[in-house]
Amino acid sequence: MSLLNTLPDYVLTTKTDELLNWMRKSSVWYMLFGLACCAIELMHTGGPRADIDRFGASPRASARQSDLMIVAGTLTLKMALRTRLLYDQMPDPRYVISMGSCASCGGLFQLAYSVCDGVDKIVPVDVYVPGCPPRPEALTEGLLKLQEKIMTERWLVKGNGGQQVTAA
Amino acid sequence: MEAVRIYDRLKEKFGAGILEVKSEKALDPYCVVDPNALVDIARFLRDDGELAMDCLSNESGVDYKDRVEVVYHLFSYRHRHSAVLKVKLPRENPAVKTLEGVWKSANWMEREIFDLVGVNFEGHSALRRLLMPEDWVGHPLRKDFVEPLEYHGIATVRESPIIRLDAKKK
Amino acid sequence: MYLQFGVPLALTIFGIIFVAAMLGLQKLLAPSNPYQRKLTPYECGEPPTGRAWINFNVRFYLIALIFVVFEVEVAFVYPIATVYLDWVRRGRALYALSEILIFLLILFVGLVYVWVKHDLEWVKKVPD
Repeated sequence: MSLLNTLPDYVLTTKTDELLNWMRKSSVWYMLFGLACCAIELMHTGGPRADIDRFGASPRASARQSDLMIVAGTLTLKMALRTRLLYDQMPDPRYVISMGSCASCGGLFQLAYSVCDGVDKIVPVDVYVPGCPPRPEALTEGLLKLQEKIMTERWLVKGNGGQQVTAA
Repeated sequence: MEAVRIYDRLKEKFGAGILEVKSEKALDPYCVVDPNALVDIARFLRDDGELAMDCLSNESGVDYKDRVEVVYHLFSYRHRHSAVLKVKLPRENPAVKTLEGVWKSANWMEREIFDLVGVNFEGHSALRRLLMPEDWVGHPLRKDFVEPLEYHGIATVRESPIIRLDAKKK
Repeated sequence: MYLQFGVPLALTIFGIIFVAAMLGLQKLLAPSNPYQRKLTPYECGEPPTGRAWINFNVRFYLIALIFVVFEVEVAFVYPIATVYLDWVRRGRALYALSEILIFLLILFVGLVYVWVKHDLEWVKKVPD
């Protein structure tokens, strides 16, 4: 019954795609996944001064209700398994922002025995936000880049323009 | 009461149990204790009226090249003085009696030492890993610890992009 | 005469259309990609142990039961309250009051029973 990836490439269908993408990007609910110091900047980005809620991004505590997972902080090997399970439990369409240098590549703690060097070893990352920690403005720009990425997706139109829905 | 006087008190009570007292020109004088007399000394330090060490503020394990040490930092809220005890253990199968019965805070501290240095605390109620994952192999803070190359399929090293750029240049 | 039901009917129809449209759009446009790991019960990331259906503690049922009984009692008192002024004007205030008080008293006995049996306490004390 689903219309995904079925329609031909006419202007009506692409405009509908744009409408859907606009609706999706204007309401990216992120999961509070603050692991370490970047969590403080994540909280500030959601706070009143650098308000991420003006772009529609509202914090959710549960993976089941979020479309975006902002991995903020150092990922240890112990947490990595749980991160993968939480990513798996997010409903489609889902995105991941890797915030800070620890989540992008292990950062300061790359040589440590317990640190997983970068969250992209476990989940596919859409946007990397560098910084230690990145300023709220930097994270906001990361979110805006993600919104641009969402706008380029093609869901309804047939062909390999459609977003690949990854299985386990 | 100064730490040195505390150690003197210990020496008069437990002569044989106190092995060494480092106090000359020491910023932090400590006292090395025989592992077998440790629990009695700890109980005495806690229950004695003049010493009244009611708080084990820190317990940590140290791995030297030839031995493993467990260091106890004690503090007394009643008299506001502190003391340091050390226990020297062999590197193979280090084991010492637990101080959980004397100070409850030793519970998690000994779990951490077991997790990271590998000291076995006899008589501990639940000696299992605290910081590392439950199925981790090895004790990371040992000097001869070798990091495994992967954990549950996740590689523990990350190739540096700088090296790759250099290789491309060649 | 039946025109007064026009508005609720319109609302009902609109409600049905709204819900159907939402669900229909979801069936058409939403990606659905369930796989085994996605369908595991959510436990904040920890691998789930045991079943997701657990035994309920019976005190929830007790509180609900007591609530229903006294809620119905309150529902019975409301109409008395609305017509009470009428009865007062007709001079039969004491009769009405005594009737409703007897009703409340009978149910109050039930409340006292539940109270004495410690069923109102959320955490029951274990006898030493």
